Amino acid sequence: MGDILALLFNTAVFGAALRMATPLIFAALGGIFSERSGVVNIALEGMMLMGAFTAMFVSHQTGMPWLGVLGAILAGLLVGLLHAVFCIHYRANQVVVGTAINIFAGGLTVFLLRYYFGAAGTSPSVATIPDITIPLISQIPWIGRIIGRQNPLVYLALIAVVVAHIVIYRTSWGLRLRAVGEHPRAADTVGVNVFRMRYLAVALSGALAGLGGTYLSIAHLSRFSEGMTAGRGFIALAAVIFGKWTPYGALGACLFFGYADALQMRLQDIGIPTQFMNMLPYVLTMVALAGFIGKSVGPKASGQPYIKG
Amino acid sequence: MDTVLEMRSITKQFPRVLANDQVDFDLRHGEIHALVGENGSGKSTLMNILYGLYQSDGGEIIVRGQKVDINEPRVAIDLKIGMVFQHFMLVEPLTVAENIVLGSELRKGPFLDTKRAIQEVEELSQKYGLRIDPKAKIADLSVGLQQRVEILKALYRGAEILILDEPTAVLTPQEVEDLFKVLRALRAQGTSIVFITHKIKEVLSLSDRVSVLRRGKKIGTKATSETNEQDLAEMMVGRVVLFNVEKKPAEPGEDVLYLDRLSVKDQFGQVKVKEVELGVRSGEVLGIAGVEGNGQSELVEAIAGLRKTAGGRVFLNGQDITDWSPLKIKEAGFGYVPEDRHRRGLVLDYSVADNLILGFHGKKPHVRGGVWRDDKAIEENAEKLIEEYDIRPPVASQPARSLSGGNQQKIVVGREFTQDPSLLICAQPTRGVDVGAIEFIHKQVIAQRDRGAAVLLVSAELDEILSLSDRIAVMYNGQIVSVMSREEVTEHKLGFLMLGGRLEDYRAGEVNGHAE
Repeated sequence: MGDILALLFNTAVFGAALRMATPLIFAALGGIFSERSGVVNIALEGMMLMGAFTAMFVSHQTGMPWLGVLGAILAGLLVGLLHAVFCIHYRANQVVVGTAINIFAGGLTVFLLRYYFGAAGTSPSVATIPDITIPLISQIPWIGRIIGRQNPLVYLALIAVVVAHIVIYRTSWGLRLRAVGEHPRAADTVGVNVFRMRYLAVALSGALAGLGGTYLSIAHLSRFSEGMTAGRGFIALAAVIFGKWTPYGALGACLFFGYADALQMRLQDIGIPTQFMNMLPYVLTMVALAGFIGKSVGPKASGQPYIKG
Repeated sequence: MDTVLEMRSITKQFPRVLANDQVDFDLRHGEIHALVGENGSGKSTLMNILYGLYQSDGGEIIVRGQKVDINEPRVAIDLKIGMVFQHFMLVEPLTVAENIVLGSELRKGPFLDTKRAIQEVEELSQKYGLRIDPKAKIADLSVGLQQRVEILKALYRGAEILILDEPTAVLTPQEVEDLFKVLRALRAQGTSIVFITHKIKEVLSLSDRVSVLRRGKKIGTKATSETNEQDLAEMMVGRVVLFNVEKKPAEPGEDVLYLDRLSVKDQFGQVKVKEVELGVRSGEVLGIAGVEGNGQSELVEAIAGLRKTAGGRVFLNGQDITDWSPLKIKEAGFGYVPEDRHRRGLVLDYSVADNLILGFHGKKPHVRGGVWRDDKAIEENAEKLIEEYDIRPPVASQPARSLSGGNQQKIVVGREFTQDPSLLICAQPTRGVDVGAIEFIHKQVIAQRDRGAAVLLVSAELDEILSLSDRIAVMYNGQIVSVMSREEVTEHKLGFLMLGGRLEDYRAGEVNGHAE
């Protein structure tokens, strides 16, 4: 029993949890922006995958991992725009478009991987973003061992959560974003350009998801492997719902899912099947959706294309 | 007085209808100009064009002497035109202040200046006497207060021309009075107001001038003082309209509906109907007057089987039907015109023909062999009812959504009345319905009475209660305060009782000075 408790509060597990949560946090923030504007984005998975591949590819070509980050943001942004064009301009069913993008990204990354590297499965190892040590914080006992030395992207994710919160709740852009996702016609009648808001939000969503993918291929690991997102886009989506479409809520959900993920690796030693821990995020999301953990109500106009006039 | 706005021969063609056919309209500084017409006559279209939501196919708009091209709401806002929509344009999870500043936010750098927004809203609400809590969430406000926010939204943007699209449709009588006070005050401060409505009484009590539209065409503009109810109704409908339903004296028989100390709770567990004892006899119309929210809705829904009772019994033709399923009650001879036809009366996306068999869709002749739809029988039924109840346009295959409110209501009325039920409940049967259709529905209600049906009429419109009922019950705070014959009742007496006054006090002459 003591062993299990020690494991549950192990700083190494917490540190790993933070790392596992990082890609989820970026993608979940992306999901929040998109859904808050009224566009359902189940393409987070595909956007992450494109980001992961592009980051690896750029890093491989240039040897500069930070350029890889930029490339991944750009790739995610482009996929986001693709999603936006179909959902906003052509008013296609957003779930269908999202699914199509996921399948498309899965296929495209495999194709490109084989085309450029000839290898099935994984890419060669590339330059990664090294971890950094934060001078003072790393000295703090216990906490220092969790957040004192991490990848810059981990810190960036935490900062992004705060920035997203401020943008959504404290800026006029955020006010318009919320209005557009709840009652687009109301926003339209006071002169807010609904289409522009939605395009921006969905593009931003893609960029953030792409950034999430980056962490997987050039920070957490140093290579891209086929389908390496492994459903993280969907877990991020679950975190959006679980966190009631708020950045802090989603952060909490991502940390929790990350923790479950980190724990899972350790628990194998004491005989709890991995599959059980892998199930946890989904089970929790269903519990949340069923209303056991407070009602989770999304933006009202989410999923509905806006038609002017 | 100066003309602040002129619309010249505005034309708007929708795929299937000519919504505005060379309509002229003008608005003077500081007047309330009522724009009236039946549903679908093109009033809202005309004003949506002015606000930039629709583009006209012809004609021109002149604002303060300048020809303008209003291609989006932003332009209208910049021209100091504000609009209060029938379906509010409010974002429910946001606060009052956030809704008011949305699109014209006050900023401190890139950030919202919430403090100043709240302060400005407070100042604005004081200036115009529109009291509101700027920090309240829209979702927590009553409909009347939400409308107040809409008006403040327009004023915040400096609106000098204010358009209100059927603002009274969703309000209770008290809220209507409040609104009128506000509009008169605004007029006194120099705001020019366009007031869209199809209620003639409102036109007469509020407006300075009135313009009438019919089927997309402008029929005329008159000074309100030079017209009257009859005249306006004729202009709107295009024929003489009878306001007083002609009816012979009732010949009531036995109690068809009998409520034995019926109590009903609402969804929050609050007792809304308290031990009501009431009988409705065959061949009479019993009207229930009362301010909305005094338990009428719950009472009716409990009788219809849509809500569980919390005590007492309901008898229909002597049979105890308490808490039966709605279908069984219907089959026992019950017809029901619900107060919210969109939620309870119709499936808006179904065709007119399918809506005309709702509730009877599992019965012969609409079903063959117990399973299969008989499209031919359904079609025949639809054609018969469309003809009898004058449902327009007479196209059975159209979705109910595309019909005007009055014609939608005729679908419900036709479907329910044609079954010849022994008990008929009509809840707000003419809400949101135009004059022509009101006259028609009223005639049908009386025809049902004369056939021998017991009719229970619930209405917030006193005129309707007074003109149709043979007996009138007043409901206040979940109880039936008194039941009187039509002859004993005056409008003033009803108003007194509806607001919680006691009949003894009324008789004792406390208010005799005002009594007729």
